[in-house]
Amino acid sequence: MSNVPDTLRYRDSHEWIDPTQSPSPVGITDHAQAELTDVVFVDPPKVGTQVSAGQQVCVIESVKAASDIYAPVAGEIVAINEALTGDPGLLNRDPYAGGWIFKIQPSNPAEFEALMDAAAYGKHIA
Amino acid sequence: MSDPSPLYRTPLHAVHVEMGARMVPFAGWDMPVQYTGIVDEHKAVRQSVGVFDISHMGQFIVSGPGAEAFLNRVLTNNITKLQPGQGQYTLLLNGLGGVIDDLIAYRTSEREFYLVVNASRIDADWAHLETQLNKDDEVMMANASDFTAGLAIQGPKAREVAVAVFGSAASFPEHNTILVTMTDTGPMWLCGTGYTGEEGFEFFMPMETAETWFRKIVAAVKAAGGMPCGLGARDTLRLEMGYPLNGNDLSEARTPLQAGLGFFVDLDKGDFTGREALVAQKAAGLPDKLAAFRMTGAAPPPRPHYPVAFSGEIIGEVCSGTQSPSLGAGIGMAYVPLSAATIGSTLEIEIRGRRFPAEVVKKPFYRKPVV
Repeated sequence: MSNVPDTLRYRDSHEWIDPTQSPSPVGITDHAQAELTDVVFVDPPKVGTQVSAGQQVCVIESVKAASDIYAPVAGEIVAINEALTGDPGLLNRDPYAGGWIFKIQPSNPAEFEALMDAAAYGKHIA
Repeated sequence: MSDPSPLYRTPLHAVHVEMGARMVPFAGWDMPVQYTGIVDEHKAVRQSVGVFDISHMGQFIVSGPGAEAFLNRVLTNNITKLQPGQGQYTLLLNGLGGVIDDLIAYRTSEREFYLVVNASRIDADWAHLETQLNKDDEVMMANASDFTAGLAIQGPKAREVAVAVFGSAASFPEHNTILVTMTDTGPMWLCGTGYTGEEGFEFFMPMETAETWFRKIVAAVKAAGGMPCGLGARDTLRLEMGYPLNGNDLSEARTPLQAGLGFFVDLDKGDFTGREALVAQKAAGLPDKLAAFRMTGAAPPPRPHYPVAFSGEIIGEVCSGTQSPSLGAGIGMAYVPLSAATIGSTLEIEIRGRRFPAEVVKKPFYRKPVV
């Protein structure tokens, strides 16, 4: 069974965002990392980029395929996880903590409400 | 919009699903791409052993007094060099020297040959062979593909698995040989080949016997420290060896000389389909050749169809490309002009609009550590 933490919010494309932190870290879910397996490269977004909710912001690559990562909410990319450059496997081993991909400063925190909570996401991947 | 054609299923389809495989379309078949993960499966084959379902592949039996002469007339390698029980890698060309398929041809007896061909090319190969056959050739061809299943057992412990499953080391086919054996469930063809660069064999059998054999072999593979493997690992393993994949690296638009497969073409054996074109191409000089490249820095994995640049100009595209699990680097192959194909020359691979440097290297990309 995939781990789906209660405190996070989710997009149907399997990104998570932590609304309790500001700026909010974004990553991919345990379910997503298990589906992708073997992340070998993370092509990060540029810090300072303004993004809208649902905009494609970066790409992560497994052995088999490249997958687009979408912004769960609108805002500014204020940090990227440099550790993933040397160790992209962190995304597989620790998807909700060490494997965060970027941090976003939300421009409209109300958008969190449009995302799935843990129960809804759990159903989405069931 | 018409419905896409339904995918073929191997006799092991339900077993793969039961074992947790992720199924994907490949060459018209619904095949397991992975069970646990491509990297784990890849490493199992390099370090211990893996088993692959290769039931999608095709098998033709060509026999008769004229079989040897016929095959030598349509295939590039010299089939007269094979003794019964021996096999060789060879190519089937069109009249312009383009590659219809690459295959392994085994001589099973003086007058009978067993050809193992690519799944995606079964129909094209068969149609081509029929057009090449003359009335007075005294050749009979049988297409056994629809009722033959196949398993590839690959890795340094493949021999151990053969002993565990067949009960005797005598059942292990040495490299480039074939053993045809009758068992209590039916015949089996054991071929000393593979597509991974490891020791191993490919095992063909009547399809109704496949599930029993597969379960036995998976158990023996696991006991030896290995695992069942999907086509994802098969692709990374073959690419680390620089083995071409038909459809990616080989096509009817290019000759085996361009693909770097001249070793498997005997221009001196007498006439064969495509020979004239190859001789002419050799005389004129190759327009391009398949170069192996390795990404030189941190870069996304190169993938098929990514543009390839040399001295700033786009000169081609990636044919095969992946992240090499053994090397931890991106590797690939691309047709490039000879000036760009020399070992050590720098190419650039364009990935999502950015160019990343790569170096032309010798094949294979991966060499087994000497023990």
